[in-house]
Amino acid sequence: MTRRRIILLTVGVVGLAALAFALTVALERVMRPAPPQQAQTSAPPAQPAPVRHITATLYYGSSDAQRLVEVKREVPFGDGPVEQGRQIVLAQLTMAPAAPNITVVPPGATLRSFYVSDKGEAFVDLGREIVTAHPGGSAAEVLTVYAIVNAVATNLPAVTRVQILVDGREADTLAGHVDIRRPLRRNDALVQE
Amino acid sequence: LRRLRPHFAIAAALLAGVLLSAQGTPPAAPLLLLTREGRRPVPTTIQSGQELVALDDVAGLFQVTVREDTLAGGVTVSYKGRTAVASSDQPMASVNGRLVALPSPAMRFGSRWFVPVEFISRALGPIYDARIELRRPSRLLIVGDLRVPRVTPRIDVPGPPTRVVFDITPAMEVTTAIEAGRVVVRIGGDALDVRLPVAGAGLVEQIRPGDQATSIVVALRNAGTVIPTTTVSDASTRLTLEVQAAGPATPSLPPPPVVGSEPVPPLTAPRPTLQTIVIDPGHGGDDNGVTAAGGVLEKNITLEVARRVKTLVETRLGIRVLLTREDDRRVPIDERASLANNNKADLFISLHANGSFVPSVSGSEVYYLALDQEMEEARREAQDRSVSLPVLGGATRTIDVVRWDMAQVPHLDRSEVLARFLEEELRSRVPAAPRALRRAPLRALVGANMPAVLVEMGYLTNAAQVTRLAAGDFQTAVTQAIYEAVLRFRSHLEGKR
Repeated sequence: MTRRRIILLTVGVVGLAALAFALTVALERVMRPAPPQQAQTSAPPAQPAPVRHITATLYYGSSDAQRLVEVKREVPFGDGPVEQGRQIVLAQLTMAPAAPNITVVPPGATLRSFYVSDKGEAFVDLGREIVTAHPGGSAAEVLTVYAIVNAVATNLPAVTRVQILVDGREADTLAGHVDIRRPLRRNDALVQE
Repeated sequence: LRRLRPHFAIAAALLAGVLLSAQGTPPAAPLLLLTREGRRPVPTTIQSGQELVALDDVAGLFQVTVREDTLAGGVTVSYKGRTAVASSDQPMASVNGRLVALPSPAMRFGSRWFVPVEFISRALGPIYDARIELRRPSRLLIVGDLRVPRVTPRIDVPGPPTRVVFDITPAMEVTTAIEAGRVVVRIGGDALDVRLPVAGAGLVEQIRPGDQATSIVVALRNAGTVIPTTTVSDASTRLTLEVQAAGPATPSLPPPPVVGSEPVPPLTAPRPTLQTIVIDPGHGGDDNGVTAAGGVLEKNITLEVARRVKTLVETRLGIRVLLTREDDRRVPIDERASLANNNKADLFISLHANGSFVPSVSGSEVYYLALDQEMEEARREAQDRSVSLPVLGGATRTIDVVRWDMAQVPHLDRSEVLARFLEEELRSRVPAAPRALRRAPLRALVGANMPAVLVEMGYLTNAAQVTRLAAGDFQTAVTQAIYEAVLRFRSHLEGKR
């Protein structure tokens, strides 16, 4: 009885989440009345050729955590900007840097979905861990936000601005400081020469 | 007999009334007992010029035991094994074997023992756990370590302009909130020793108690601008309210100088460059901000420093300082700037403690807003943001229209100046981070329609800084730095005027 209830509950929650996501995506299309086929959502990765790689620029913290450092890394090839963007964000979230650089993404951060609008805006939908596991503070938050924004905007020519979503929704901030209600541009001032 | 019971009760009540009236008359104002827990009246009675209190009332209020002591010729009051004996034939009491003088001996009326109210402070005080202070003129009986400043409000010059002076002893922090038709004066401490109401004169209708134990309301009539000035000496604080008449200021002679009071700005003085500052203690409530090892929370440090800044700036500079939160509560981030906008604040300073992915990073940082391209464009258009609106009577009035999420844009130059001052003042007092002056698209600053900065006082992810940030001397140093920066910024604004 209780097990059935749990299953029902789980199905319900998952269903609601799916509905919310579908609504977000639908709204995104409605809000931007343009050629409809350009707003693409992430599809499951293409099955063949998982071995192909591309060289992408990822962003880590300098050893003193004051700036971002650009590092070339091999990341899996993705077919099209959406799939490639997904691979780049996944790499940015999970690939540990070589010393002395430091990671500026909280451990356990997950990518829920990734999509690109017809206006060249990428939406990076992250799991709640990016908020709950964040150490906090303006300095750390600036690095986290711009590591992700820069990684997407630098590697995908079609993308000019990047908005971070949390749990499928627009978020005010990750830890109370950096305004992420709107898509952000690449930040070059933060990158170490 | 059962039927007669109500009659007995009435008779008893009547008898009690007669007895009471025989005992004396109640005082004009009740004696007020002030404790940490609150305030309550102490019943007293006047008998041949002496104010007396019943010992059974004292027993109830202070949890002491009272015992008639025929051998010693008086009543014994005991508290935790210590005793005070009030004599019934001599105006004195024996307290732990020492004699203290009282205005009258203990007296017995019916079955109740009465002692002069001074017994409580002079005889019970020495054997009690907490300090007991009797302030007869102000009808206060203060128990415990309460701060109860004496406040004497008076109308110094009826004017107009009307000058109201509050003398507060000992020195306490004072804030004023100027509202429509009245000024609310809030004074630090737990309660006030003040005689109110004070009859009005000039533009002041009346000075009366506020709705809190430590607030006083100055009710105004036909008043325009109110300029508060606070001066602090070692012993007391003086708040002067200069109340000007409504409507166009008519040139008038300056008020006659009053001995012992501060010079008052002349009527024609321009509006002070800094009247109101909003200090924003970051985070709060269920949002702890950065959590450091040992349970040190960012939200507590920011609130503590904000309170210190408020006290220092208000008492030294006479500038009104508002906090976006006065206690540990969640305040939505947009409401913080809104509070500053709604109060027409001249400065907004958000206080935070930093976090890093690297534990070794330490030092203070000051941020002002970074604009993205969209906002840069808005900034270029910022010069042309006034709109003409028709008003009653056919004329038009020009008002500034500010998109709330771009409110900070026209103030960026001055925000940068303020940030520089803060960075320099902080650097000379506390360790600074490698990049101490920074720009970022910070949510707290975007909507502020005034120069606005965010101060990260230090890193709570750095073990050495955690202890420092939680310590009083560090917080004092940061407070001093903010104070000096505000002072420099005010000079900067005045220089530009």
